[in-house]
Amino acid sequence: MISFRIDGHSVVPPYLQIVQQVRQALRMGLLDVGDQLPTVREVVSATAINPNTVLKAYRDLEREGLIEARAGHGTFVRRRPPGPPPGTHARLGRGLARWVREAREAGLDDESIESLLRVTLRAAAEEEIA
Amino acid sequence: MIPMHEVPGNALPGPAAIETTGLTKRYGKVTALSGCTVSVPEGRICALIGPNGAGKTTLLRLLAGLSRPTAGQVTVNGTTPRQDPAFLADIGFLAQEIPLYRRLSAEDHIRVGAHLNPRWDAESVRERLTGLKIPLDRAVGKLSGGQRAQVALALILAKQPRLLLLDEPVAALDPLARRNFLGLLADAVAADGLTVVLSSHLVADLERVCDHLIMLASSRVQLCGDLEELLAEHRILIGPRKDTTAIERSHRVVQINRTPRQTTLLVRLNGPVADPAFEASDVSLEELVLGYMGQDAPSEPAQLTTVGEEQ
Repeated sequence: MISFRIDGHSVVPPYLQIVQQVRQALRMGLLDVGDQLPTVREVVSATAINPNTVLKAYRDLEREGLIEARAGHGTFVRRRPPGPPPGTHARLGRGLARWVREAREAGLDDESIESLLRVTLRAAAEEEIA
Repeated sequence: MIPMHEVPGNALPGPAAIETTGLTKRYGKVTALSGCTVSVPEGRICALIGPNGAGKTTLLRLLAGLSRPTAGQVTVNGTTPRQDPAFLADIGFLAQEIPLYRRLSAEDHIRVGAHLNPRWDAESVRERLTGLKIPLDRAVGKLSGGQRAQVALALILAKQPRLLLLDEPVAALDPLARRNFLGLLADAVAADGLTVVLSSHLVADLERVCDHLIMLASSRVQLCGDLEELLAEHRILIGPRKDTTAIERSHRVVQINRTPRQTTLLVRLNGPVADPAFEASDVSLEELVLGYMGQDAPSEPAQLTTVGEEQ
């Protein structure tokens, strides 16, 4: 069973934080097909967010086909999000860690690294469009 | 055992738990609440926000049937609030000072409640308090403030009210006790689908747990509606110091803040922002609240607060 962490100061709305955390847990292999998600009551007791926020997140994930509600039993993982198998993330993460070390040695701080990543992502997106 | 219900989704606003029209309360010459028209659908957790003396407690007391309006209408759970057992059985009201008998234990309170209330789920109180590791047999005066607030909330929930009115219940609690109290509240809403109105100054807590908003200032309603929709209807506009009449013509300006170089506006949108000189950003509940509280003349949108204006 996973638990959710809701950041009240994030610009990402709470329901989307739940959606992203479920997708993330599926990609990282923390959640697998058939696993149960916490009930709405469990989530709101622990996080003090509005029950409708959790329902909205679960509805979105259900519409995406990733989870399913089984009446009287709870909510379960139906399938993984499309994308590469879990090992891919770990491998790319190691590569990125090497790159971050290199960037730090070159004198970049976290803010510069983040903005470089953002600029690169945007340039890559524009290249795809063009 | 606590009954399980599906929480009504916010897509379809259900029947209104609270409906007021032109609700007014005067105490002698003092107007505590003026022309208050609000609506709260069933199953919502509604934040009641406003500066001290804005009329929050007056509104809660009118909704609970503890006082009668000077003018206007109020309907709660489909009927007019009054001091009779049939109405009061569906209302939970927790006053600011948390009224418990300090020498009695939670278990004593559970037994007293069983005599005083037509519906009483004693087992739910024991389950909730045991879950929170609060001793049932200790005098409540010996519990911490946070635990006392949780005992009071669990007792009110045992009444199985359809509408729960809470007047600054978390003001005196530390962050952990606040989180536990609001978690207990959210759990009850998820389980029983009751409606809650919660007054507080702690905007960050309210933004997490609430999905509806009533904002009062100077005895008048400033805003009422679905919290997400209200936030989506407002923007902060930041731009150069220049003529803002075009913006003022097309949107409702809540607050203007001018410095020699820059103008910052809080606006309620009425269509897209056309002026490219202004950068629009989303508002947080805190910015929304401060913007409306900062207004000089809340009832008169034409008059604006101007801060830092060069003479």
